[in-house]
Amino acid sequence: MKKLAFILSIALAVTACGNKKEQKETTNDTVQLEGTISVDGSSTVYPITEAVAEEFRTVQSGVKVTIGVSGTGGGFQKFSRGETNLSNASRPIKDKEKAACAENNITYLELEVAYDGLAVLVNPENTWVDSFTVEELKMIWEPAAQGVIMKWNQIRPEWPNEEIHLFGPGVASGTYDYFTEAIVGKSGSSRGDFTASEDDHVLVQGIAGDKYALGFFGLAYYAENKDKLTLIGVNNGTEVVKPTLETVSNGTYSPLSRPLFVYVNSTSVKLPEVIEFVNFYIDNAGELSEDVGYIPLPAELYTKQKENFKAFVESNK
Amino acid sequence: MNSIQKNRLKDQLFKFWGIACTLFALILLVVFIGDILIDGIQRIDWDFITDLPSRKAEKSGIYTALMGSIWILLLTTIIAFPVGVAAGVYLEEYSKKNRLSALLEINISNLAGVPSIIYGLLGLEVFVRIMGLGASVLAGALTLSLLILPIIIVATRESVKAIPQSLRDASYALGASKWQTIWNQILPASGGGILTGVILALSRAVGETAPLIVVGALAYVPFAPASPMDEFSVLPIQIFNWISRPQHGFVENAAAAIIILLLITFVMNGIAVYFRNKWQKKLK
Repeated sequence: MKKLAFILSIALAVTACGNKKEQKETTNDTVQLEGTISVDGSSTVYPITEAVAEEFRTVQSGVKVTIGVSGTGGGFQKFSRGETNLSNASRPIKDKEKAACAENNITYLELEVAYDGLAVLVNPENTWVDSFTVEELKMIWEPAAQGVIMKWNQIRPEWPNEEIHLFGPGVASGTYDYFTEAIVGKSGSSRGDFTASEDDHVLVQGIAGDKYALGFFGLAYYAENKDKLTLIGVNNGTEVVKPTLETVSNGTYSPLSRPLFVYVNSTSVKLPEVIEFVNFYIDNAGELSEDVGYIPLPAELYTKQKENFKAFVESNK
Repeated sequence: MNSIQKNRLKDQLFKFWGIACTLFALILLVVFIGDILIDGIQRIDWDFITDLPSRKAEKSGIYTALMGSIWILLLTTIIAFPVGVAAGVYLEEYSKKNRLSALLEINISNLAGVPSIIYGLLGLEVFVRIMGLGASVLAGALTLSLLILPIIIVATRESVKAIPQSLRDASYALGASKWQTIWNQILPASGGGILTGVILALSRAVGETAPLIVVGALAYVPFAPASPMDEFSVLPIQIFNWISRPQHGFVENAAAAIIILLLITFVMNGIAVYFRNKWQKKLK
């Protein structure tokens, strides 16, 4: 027993020592604020908010920003109960969630912070595909295609008479919801006979090792694996567009690009540290979102977000 | 081939089948650990232990997650150890064999089989919301305590059951009361088994992710918890978070954090083995 107590006390001492690390002094001429800001929500938006929080620490070390990853829906649930200051979201708030906010007298402001693009990919040895139309993608992925669309030449007759092997993110992911909504027309509805993985690295390996593979996932994963995969352009109705910084940002890569949001509530904007943080967020979201693999909004949109936020703060004073 | 030869052959075949199965499990473990070591070992240095999470993989560290895990481990021990051992001793030494005790036993066995995420939902409702603890280290530790209580209770019962009746009889014969017998004879004699069970249960707790995410453990916390009411993150959540990032550097980070987590569980299992051996010697 004494030994156990000894081990426990050492561990306690280690924790205690660790806390001293927090008391770093920063030399900055801005007013040093204090407080805690709690953020929760989408794991897709998380990397951006994490990057912003990390940089915010260097200017406002007294403000503790904590970020959870309950998912967009889980985040809104807490947001509507007033448990968080900000909510990360990879889709706009739903009517049901709006009603929950209204019930608890929570008003909020929606801020766009970046874009996320979905990439459609094939193996580099695939020489026949140069583009897809949205209809073709729908034909491949809709529920009715299960067991029916099995070969490349069923999509276009000139394509090879070979089996098509499909790869996509797991059905619990926001990426899957968003792809099915944009392509099939109904969120969460697709064929079931494709290789699904929650780990996008597995999808990269799968497509890179299979000549007849076709798959989709977030653009950031393609950016990290450009040498192993071929990016396919999507016909948006008028022209074939490949996702790039420009095409996602100016909206021509459609429908496979989406905005990412941060929501802030009206009670929180009475706190100076939250105002400071949100302004810092909007000012730096462009650069930081690119750092973590997303695509910045056009500069004028950030200016607009900032004006919206200023008006929101004024109206809630 | 007569029946004796047949039986010998079967004997040999079964032996080799057993060896093959053991090797299979071992090889899988070796391959897994080897793979992780190759990916992560060069990433581990002092900075990795003491840095905060960052968007840049090479600047990221596990400081807050590691501290969160240590806090969770300590609080869970403090809560689950006395409760679990007391419950185990009660069931084995005091409770009479009747309907009530049968009901208790069935329920404890059932609890051991409940998926961990269900405990998370229970923790969210009871500890976080009703008791108002918030997404604190304490709420997380209470949830994990519930999760491992059945394991501790069963381990305690098994070790207490293994104590020979003669020890109890001798104690009573010398005029000791029931409490004196338990405290001075039974607990010390079964201590090795109980501690082994507790430490193995805690090794499980330190690897849990799902219930803690439900309770509200965070992915990014820029400070180590300073009190049981602080918010926290834990190593498995940090690992999960890194694995889902596209940049390759984070995969290395995840491997390195897995090595640290494995080290913690290996050390804990080592402590369990040490106590068991020590107690066994003492009993002889």
